[in-house]
Amino acid sequence: MSDDLIQRVLKAIATSKRIPLETVAIDSQFQELGIDSMDAVEILFALENEFDINIPDEEVRSVRDVRGMCEGVEKLLAAKAAAAAAANAQPAQ
Amino acid sequence: MRRVAITGMGAICALGRNTCEFAQALRAGKPGIGRIESTDVSELRFQNGAEVRGYTHQPYFDDRRADFIDRFAQFAVIAAREAVASAGVEWTREIRQTAAIVTGSCVGGQSTEDIGFQEVYKRGQNRVHPLTIPKTMANAGASHISMEFGITGPSFTVSTACSSAGHAIGQAFWMVRNGVTDLALTGGSEAPFSFGILKAWEAMRVVSPDTCRPFSKDRRGMVLGEGAAMLVLEPLEAARARGAEIYAEIVGFGMSADACHITQPSAEGAARSMRAALRDAAIGPEAIGYINAHGTGTPANDSTETAAIHDVFNAHAGRLAVSSTKSMHGHALGAAAALECVATVLALRDGVLPPTANYNEPDPQCDLDVIPNEARHAQVEWALSNSFAFGGLNAVLALRKG
Repeated sequence: MSDDLIQRVLKAIATSKRIPLETVAIDSQFQELGIDSMDAVEILFALENEFDINIPDEEVRSVRDVRGMCEGVEKLLAAKAAAAAAANAQPAQ
Repeated sequence: MRRVAITGMGAICALGRNTCEFAQALRAGKPGIGRIESTDVSELRFQNGAEVRGYTHQPYFDDRRADFIDRFAQFAVIAAREAVASAGVEWTREIRQTAAIVTGSCVGGQSTEDIGFQEVYKRGQNRVHPLTIPKTMANAGASHISMEFGITGPSFTVSTACSSAGHAIGQAFWMVRNGVTDLALTGGSEAPFSFGILKAWEAMRVVSPDTCRPFSKDRRGMVLGEGAAMLVLEPLEAARARGAEIYAEIVGFGMSADACHITQPSAEGAARSMRAALRDAAIGPEAIGYINAHGTGTPANDSTETAAIHDVFNAHAGRLAVSSTKSMHGHALGAAAALECVATVLALRDGVLPPTANYNEPDPQCDLDVIPNEARHAQVEWALSNSFAFGGLNAVLALRKG
C-alpha cells in the first residue's frame, strides 16, 4: 500500500469528520475516532470522489478500521486499473 | 372524551389499488417488490422497489385535472375517495364545513421537482413549468382532497419523515376525540421514485440490493415503496347511531423524540412512544396482542425495535405477535404509517395477522414472534402500529377491534 494512498484516505476521514489530521492513523479503529454509521457513509462518499471509484455496499460491511478502509480502496483502484488496461488492450474497432 | 371509530378506509400501493386487493395480498404474504419501472435504475446500486405497477392517472383523473396533481397527491385523492365511499359519508353543508383533513407526506412531489430542476440544471433551460411549486408542496394531497369533497374545515399536512402519516392520524384522532371535529379524513401519501431521490437513498447505503427481510438475520436494508392510505374517523357513538360499519377504534396515540442521532434509531425513544400510546389509551402492555412493527429491514432498526418492545412489554413480549408489512408494500415513507394502520385494522377486523414476508433466518437480536412468511389466524382485541422516523421522531397508534 502506497504512502500516498494512505495519506489521501487519512485526509478524507479527517476532513469528513472535521477532526485534526494528526489524530487519524492507519491503525485507528472507527470506534476510537467516534465514527458512527452515518459518519462512515460520509467518508465513503468522500473516498469515492477522491479516488473516482464506486464502493459497493458489500465491500464496506465488515470494515471497522482505517487499515481495512485503505486496503479496500487499494483493491478497488487495482480493479479499476485492470479494467482500464483491458479496455486499452482492445483492438480499435 | 369521545371514543373514535374508523368508519372508512382506502389504500393504493404495490399490493393493490384498493383495500380489498391490499388485504388479499397481505393475507397471501405476497410482496409487491420488483424491478423499478417508473425510473431508469441502470445507474443505481439497487434496482428494486414497491411501485404501483403500471399506474397512470386514467381512469382516476381527466388529463387537465391530472396536470395539476403530482403522483403522490393523486394517490392521496384515490385513497380518500375509497375511504369516503366505504364510510358512506352523507355530506351535509355542516359536515363539509367542519370536517378535518390531516395528511402526512415526507418528500411531497419529488418527481415534479426533479423534472423542473433537470430543465434548468441539465438541459440549460431558463424556465421551469409554472405548476412546479403547487405540485411539489407536501400539502398538495390535503389540498386536493379538500377540493375533491368541498371540505372547508381544519386541514393541514404533517412531515416527519417515516412517521408522517402516524403523526397525521394521531392528530386527527385527537381532534375527533376532543370534539374539534365530527369527521376527519386522515392518512398519508408518497411517490418517491424519482432518480434524484433514489440516488440520495443509494448514498445512505440503507437500501437492500434485493428485497426487504425484516427481523431476518440476513436482512440487508429497506426497499422503498409508494402509495397512499386514508381513513375516515368519526365519534364512535355518532357512527353507531347512523349505522356505519365500525372497522376498528383508534384508542391511543403516543409520540416521542429520540434527541439522539439524526439517523440512528434509539430503543429508549421508541419505547417511550409505545408507552405514551398505551398511556393515552389507558391500557396495560399485556392487553396488546399484535404489533405492526416499523420493521424497515435495516440491521439497526429491527434489533433496536426488538429491544424497545422487550423493554416495554417485558415477559409479555414473548406472547406478542409482531410483523412488518414493509416486507410486502415496501417503505412508503410518509404513507407508511397509514398503510400499516390499515393493515393493522384489517388484522383486527378479519382475525388474520399479516406475516413478515421474505423471512429466512432467526436473528438472536430480533427474538420476537414475527409471523414468518405465512399469515396467521388469530383473534386480537388490541394492537399497536409503530413508526420510528429518521430524525428520531416517533409515532405509535393504539387500535382496538371494532
